[in-house]
Amino acid sequence: MPTEFAGSQYLIEIIYLVASALFILSLKWMSSPATARHGILAGEIGMVLAIAGTLLHHGIIDYKWIVIALVLGSGIGIPLGMVQMTAVPQRTALSHAFGALCVTLVGTAEFYLRSPNVPKFMMSVLSMEVILGGLTFTGSLMAAGKLQEILPQRPITYKGQNFVNFLLFVVALGSAIYLVLHPEAKIFFPIIVGVSLIFGILLVIPIGGADMPTVISLLNSYAGLSAAAMGFVLDSKLLIIAGALDGSSGLILSIIMSKAMNRSFTNVLFGAFGQVQASAAAGQEAKPVRSATAEEAAAILLAANKVVIVPGYGMAVAQAQHKVRELYDALTKKGVEVRFAIHPVAGRMPGHMNVLLAEADIPYDRLIEMDEINGDFPQTDVALIIGANDVTNPAARTDHSSPIFGMPILDVDKAHTVMVIKRSMNPGFAGIDNPLYYLDNTLMLFGDAKQFVGGIVRELGGGH
Amino acid sequence: MWGRYREGHGFSRAVNSKKVGLQPLRSKMGSNIINALFVFMLAAFIGFEVIRHVSPLLHTPLMSLTNALDAIAVVGAIVLVGEHKSTFATLLGFIAIVAATSNVVGGFFITDRMLRMFKTSRPTKPQLTK
Repeated sequence: MPTEFAGSQYLIEIIYLVASALFILSLKWMSSPATARHGILAGEIGMVLAIAGTLLHHGIIDYKWIVIALVLGSGIGIPLGMVQMTAVPQRTALSHAFGALCVTLVGTAEFYLRSPNVPKFMMSVLSMEVILGGLTFTGSLMAAGKLQEILPQRPITYKGQNFVNFLLFVVALGSAIYLVLHPEAKIFFPIIVGVSLIFGILLVIPIGGADMPTVISLLNSYAGLSAAAMGFVLDSKLLIIAGALDGSSGLILSIIMSKAMNRSFTNVLFGAFGQVQASAAAGQEAKPVRSATAEEAAAILLAANKVVIVPGYGMAVAQAQHKVRELYDALTKKGVEVRFAIHPVAGRMPGHMNVLLAEADIPYDRLIEMDEINGDFPQTDVALIIGANDVTNPAARTDHSSPIFGMPILDVDKAHTVMVIKRSMNPGFAGIDNPLYYLDNTLMLFGDAKQFVGGIVRELGGGH
Repeated sequence: MWGRYREGHGFSRAVNSKKVGLQPLRSKMGSNIINALFVFMLAAFIGFEVIRHVSPLLHTPLMSLTNALDAIAVVGAIVLVGEHKSTFATLLGFIAIVAATSNVVGGFFITDRMLRMFKTSRPTKPQLTK
């Protein structure tokens, strides 16, 4: 038997080898915007090769349903690739769910095809595949629902939440271990799958919108690891490599995100996203703030040499990025140096602000990371904050009692003048008061981000 | 091979040949597991090194790209559907292909759209007017 198919088998393996190399190159080329599009091409070629190679597989006897499924999937994929840039976080969460669904379904099918002759190692990785796949599937669906605002964005918490989650995890793990030792006890398999699905829902329920960048990264990592586990089950090195790459990518992003929110690594790994408790008592008494109109703001901006704009999720919500670009153009034309300070967790997923500003045609060399720009704030004339709150809160540096104490922030308070565009004095998402607003060099610009920036642009005489 | 000496005992032959079939497979699998673990370890390290160097500018496209690449799981689903070992497996495989393919197509598509938007203010090639 083996000799008969050795030829095509070798060919498939070599195609997979080439595809793996292309996948690695694809990620390598992502290191810079200049080469990133080559990366996509490499990835696409690798993917087409791998799928074409798989179709040569000798075991395949029927192509009809494969073709129908491929066409149907492409039909769903095209609109998912055309969503607006502001909807990218929920689209990403949804695609994590799809990836995890695929892995979970294949794992389930493999179990019932092989059962009860499942060797111990295979049963262990198979359990890992469906546990990670199952919880990533429902967890990502929940995340997508929250980001799309179908589900409430506020964290939903109840007493004993951690205990229930822990219990479910133990049940899933216990069933998996039992199944490894007694592969004939088929009934435990649906239990594992079901518990993992419920676990995924409960894991994401207590998570608020501001924590989404970490959660999405973590789910990304889980999706990758479940695919790698599937690679072990199917003995496919290509899958192991792709899964390991995706898993490590998600892990690195979660580490970056957790560092940017001052959360410990273990805290992230075990998904214990304790929502920061709102210090509700503080900040409710009326402290004096200074406010300004668009006209005054425009005059201050015009008098400046160096302006740093700090965008946040509020800019995305108000869809103000195009107005911000008009402001950038108008100020640049008048000889003002404008740069953008990007906090790693600004927005709802890693790199969210960069994509929105790039969409608005703002050159990417103007988008500066936190560590790079923080030293420049003392020499900055105006820091203009649009829809960002916690990432500019100086209490994170100074106030030991603040729930965000220790979180790295953008040092906007060191700029000569700080202007904050904000709807009202209501505290931000985390409910933490921001002492920045009461500083002597801070001006509050009350209003909708899009309208207010538009107003400033009109005053500057641009944006007809 | 065992089974060959037991011609005529249809049932036991089938059972035994199954065992014989599994025997070399199992010992082969032992080394396969180790090989696979080595591959995983190396790929994870490569992933860490490569992705550490990705500019934070591109973290969103990075995530949508890795997501598209991760959908390579479609190959497992394709084999599942193609082999048609049971209706149940084929059905699950079918849904799995649809889900993964939509990730492949949508993932590459949106990553490319995002990357096309990243422009520098330094003069490069003339940009298309909308």
